[in-house]
Amino acid sequence: MSVPFGLDPGWLILLKSLVIFVFLVLVTLFTIWLERRVVARMQMRIGPNRVGPFGLVQGLADGVKLALKQDIIPALADRSVFILAPIISATTCFIAFAVIPLGPTVSIFGTWTNLQLTDFPVAVLFILAIASIGIYGIVLAGWSSGSTYPLLGALRSSAQMISYEIAMGLSLVAVFLYAGSMSTSEIVSAQQNVWYVVLLLPSFLIYTTSMVGETNRAPFDLPEAEGELVGGFHTEYSSLKFALFFLAEYINMVTVSALATTLFLGGWRAPAPISTVWAGANSGWWPLAWFVAKLFAFIFVFIWLRGTLPRLRYDQFMKFGWKVLIPVSLVWIVIVATARALRQSANVDSSSLLVVVGVILTILVVLSFVLDAMISRRMPREIEPEPEFDAFAGGFPVPPLPGQKLPTPAASAQTISSTEGDSRG
Amino acid sequence: MSAGETFAFWVLAILTVGGAIGMLLSRKAVHSALWIALTMVSLAVLYLINAAPFLSMVQIIVYTGAVMMLFLFVLMLIGVDAADSLVETIKGQRLAAVLVGIGFGLLLLAGVGGLTVNEVKGLDAATSQAGGNLQAVAQLIFGRYVLAFEVTSALLITAAVGAIVYTHRERLVGKPTQAMISRARFTSVTAPRSPMPAPGVFANHNAVDTPALLPDGSPALDSVPAPFQVEEARTFTTADGRVITAVYPEGDDK
Repeated sequence: MSVPFGLDPGWLILLKSLVIFVFLVLVTLFTIWLERRVVARMQMRIGPNRVGPFGLVQGLADGVKLALKQDIIPALADRSVFILAPIISATTCFIAFAVIPLGPTVSIFGTWTNLQLTDFPVAVLFILAIASIGIYGIVLAGWSSGSTYPLLGALRSSAQMISYEIAMGLSLVAVFLYAGSMSTSEIVSAQQNVWYVVLLLPSFLIYTTSMVGETNRAPFDLPEAEGELVGGFHTEYSSLKFALFFLAEYINMVTVSALATTLFLGGWRAPAPISTVWAGANSGWWPLAWFVAKLFAFIFVFIWLRGTLPRLRYDQFMKFGWKVLIPVSLVWIVIVATARALRQSANVDSSSLLVVVGVILTILVVLSFVLDAMISRRMPREIEPEPEFDAFAGGFPVPPLPGQKLPTPAASAQTISSTEGDSRG
Repeated sequence: MSAGETFAFWVLAILTVGGAIGMLLSRKAVHSALWIALTMVSLAVLYLINAAPFLSMVQIIVYTGAVMMLFLFVLMLIGVDAADSLVETIKGQRLAAVLVGIGFGLLLLAGVGGLTVNEVKGLDAATSQAGGNLQAVAQLIFGRYVLAFEVTSALLITAAVGAIVYTHRERLVGKPTQAMISRARFTSVTAPRSPMPAPGVFANHNAVDTPALLPDGSPALDSVPAPFQVEEARTFTTADGRVITAVYPEGDDK
């Protein structure tokens, strides 16, 4: 049974919005507790265990404490923007969850409806769009604080999020090509037989890497590198305004995990052995359980990463994003699109396609060996060593020609000591 | 228009026009940028309720997310307090702007006026043949206008590559590694081996542009980061009332 979107009665829309809000806040509280406990376990500690059973209510207690703290607005801050920034951050992260399918069609008080607030043909783009508005919260927070560290943190953070959003968007293209749609519910129903994590493993890996960068989490938590930038963009924030940023960070984590679940892990569909044994696993309210389980699997990985990996250096991180993730996903998209086009318009089935590609690759490998053998036979063994390249030949700076190598800087130690000696300069 | 649509229109119309007016009236450049971002987002919602979801999302991702963000970056980095210059940098720019503005207004009038004369078909009717808004946009971009689309993207790539080429500098000497820098520091006679001294803290000064004091009471000029080493003499008062004068030698190209 399927119900079209956009026809829910008003009370149901309100109810769904409220439930999503409460769900996200509860998941945040639970995630904070889980993170502290799991990281503690990984560091041979116990973690919070005093408030409530297993310390479960610790997050709530911390929240109350945070809300009752003094709210400081720095004298140099731009007041209106300073107050606006956390509000932008917190509202946008809730909005993005509106298009995540939590389950199939269910009956709520006798009305059949989809377990999803809404859906439309560009739902996944909607999530990207909302994420790009969310960056405003961070940038404005850094700027309006009127202080150096927040500004640097905000610049880093937004540069990071914008760069990794590109890789993230590119990794989604293959999913769109296979599902033939950008609507989240249709992507889930397109994964009825096989999840896209199997079909599109490179896309999944690129997405999961970029989602860690996108949410500013370890090992990509450079905007909050406490050794360099104090707290990053939220250094000057306190009390409830800080709490809003904190909430936004965790909800963003939940949202990107939910999107990963939807796009690659079959959304609310039951994992393979369960759905074959038990026919009713994909109907009614059970799918919600599968969805939440997959969601927390991702969140556990987030926590695991934080407990395991050291932080990257900023230039390494940017290099990785622009020089590895983006080119790899571009090449992968070309491969996927070519395979799709061949299968759809030229009616080539995948096994013969694989055979042809394999034959071409084998021929290329053999050819390269043959060419190498021929070249090495023709060329004389001894190659005269080239004179070392002099960057300052004739007293003028000269860039190296193709094939010439830059001299090692040890040869010009004087240059180093004069330029690098004053590391503050 | 249904009641809901009318309500949404009036809310969004006020937000859109209010954002545009706010942009003109704001004193600070960053506030102006925020107002125009509000206008852009409101326009995107208008597109969305008018059955153009793809245009709406592109509006937010490209204009609000990328273009305005770039503006914000520039405003934040080059200082926003710079007063607007009223000098016309390009000759005849104002006249051209007025003419183009009038032309655009006329086009807009003609378009809106055409709606009242001709019968309106509606976007749904126009795109239903292709199977939806998204599919219709895709068919036009990759079908009829594919050449224009490709030429535009080639132009954009050329611009990006051009910008990179202009700002690229060829490296003459290989990049020194951390080990090399360290070795050079310890083999050099003049370069300090320890970290540089921290800036000073005085009774009435506590900032990075304040030099620390050496044991003999003279200022440690090295303790001030290079960008803050100004040429004119600066005086500081210590906690016990002594006045310290820091003068940096002229032509010190640190």
